[in-house]
Amino acid sequence: MIIRLKVNGEWRQADVWPGASLLHVLREHLGLVGSKNACEQGECGSCSVWLDGDLVCSCLVLAAQAHEREVQTVESLAEGPRLHPVQEAFLEAGAVQCGFCTPGLIVAVADLLQHDPAPSELTIREALAGNLCRCTGYAKIIDAVKLAAQKMGNA
Amino acid sequence: MRIHLPRTLDEALEIKATDPEAVPLAGGTDLMVLLNFDRLRPAAMLEVSRLPELRAWRWENGTFLLGAGVTYSRIVSSLTEFKPLVEASRTVGSPQIRNRATIGGNLGTASPAGDALPVLAAYDAEVVLIKAGGKTRTLPWHQFLVGPKRNALAPDELILGVRWTVTRGPGSFSKIGTRNAMVIAVAGLCLVMDEGQRQLRVALGSVGPTILRAPDAEAFASKALTGAGAWEDPRAALPPRVLEEFGERVAAAARPIDDVRGTAAYRRHACRVLGRRALAWALEDRKLRG
Repeated sequence: MIIRLKVNGEWRQADVWPGASLLHVLREHLGLVGSKNACEQGECGSCSVWLDGDLVCSCLVLAAQAHEREVQTVESLAEGPRLHPVQEAFLEAGAVQCGFCTPGLIVAVADLLQHDPAPSELTIREALAGNLCRCTGYAKIIDAVKLAAQKMGNA
Repeated sequence: MRIHLPRTLDEALEIKATDPEAVPLAGGTDLMVLLNFDRLRPAAMLEVSRLPELRAWRWENGTFLLGAGVTYSRIVSSLTEFKPLVEASRTVGSPQIRNRATIGGNLGTASPAGDALPVLAAYDAEVVLIKAGGKTRTLPWHQFLVGPKRNALAPDELILGVRWTVTRGPGSFSKIGTRNAMVIAVAGLCLVMDEGQRQLRVALGSVGPTILRAPDAEAFASKALTGAGAWEDPRAALPPRVLEEFGERVAAAARPIDDVRGTAAYRRHACRVLGRRALAWALEDRKLRG
């Protein structure tokens, strides 16, 4: 079936298998491979995107459900070579090791800071409960969230 | 695979009448997993996550009707007067999951581990089903949830929502799992004290083929409160060992099995502890409120 959706501000169209997930369409049809495909069951958060402004796992959205709707992926955050403050903070804090979970975490953190510009550590932990990282042990990720909050607060 | 994308509930019900095979899909947090892992290949799917009629709620004559399409995120942010429901909703998955998963999804999947279901059972809720022409049918929760992952929804119906009588009094939801988040409950419990009816209700999740109430424990606690004059006076002393005895009776209502998430014995023990704690919290809450 043909689906049409606005991705990162641009209307795109794809001819997809009706049972395909939004994640599959983003990666395999639209070439947006920032959202990662890992668990395919909503456990790991690596495929996190915004659907009409809500943070969701794109693996759990049927692509057809995104028809005529707006999707924002991790690719929307940097402006050319200029990184988003959350991305900068992850680099500076050393919150990236293998990097696989990073795009999903960046999206989840950006979403958190939109809703709560100065989150407590408990709030951060609860907000990131759906993003798994198997390398860092999370400490540096939480440092990065605090650093990003600072950067965005000062901006 | 046929995909239907109706814009209104009427359209969706017409589709359900002509294509009853179409599986309703809302937040996808259960169904998409089955699809992604090739465990389900429905002939047709019916997208219901955007139907405005299902995303609404309303109060009517002392009852509350919660639309099937309301997400757990919206319950947490907007329905704070229903504390046990908010507590249960907050334990559902992660923010990503709560932004999509709906109360109707818990009812549709009918898993005994559905976090909102013990709350609906303790509220004595009824499930409202609807079919083409706007014809509705209402079933008490226990006649709707008929077994593990089995419910009484007819092929031409959709779940419109769930309705309960709004009561006054404390209550809580608690859940046992291996993490504080993203956990499928090993045991879950909701306790509600209905000050108006002078009744206590307790419901259990993940410890039986479907959600279970603990009528014997409920009657025991209600009677103990009456005997002590505690319904009138929240500070009245209850006889000794009421909490322990209540916990025992809650545990006796469980019908748990051993599975990958926990043993039957552990689950029964969890019910004992959760029951005792929930009653203690409710009594404490009443004292604080006077």
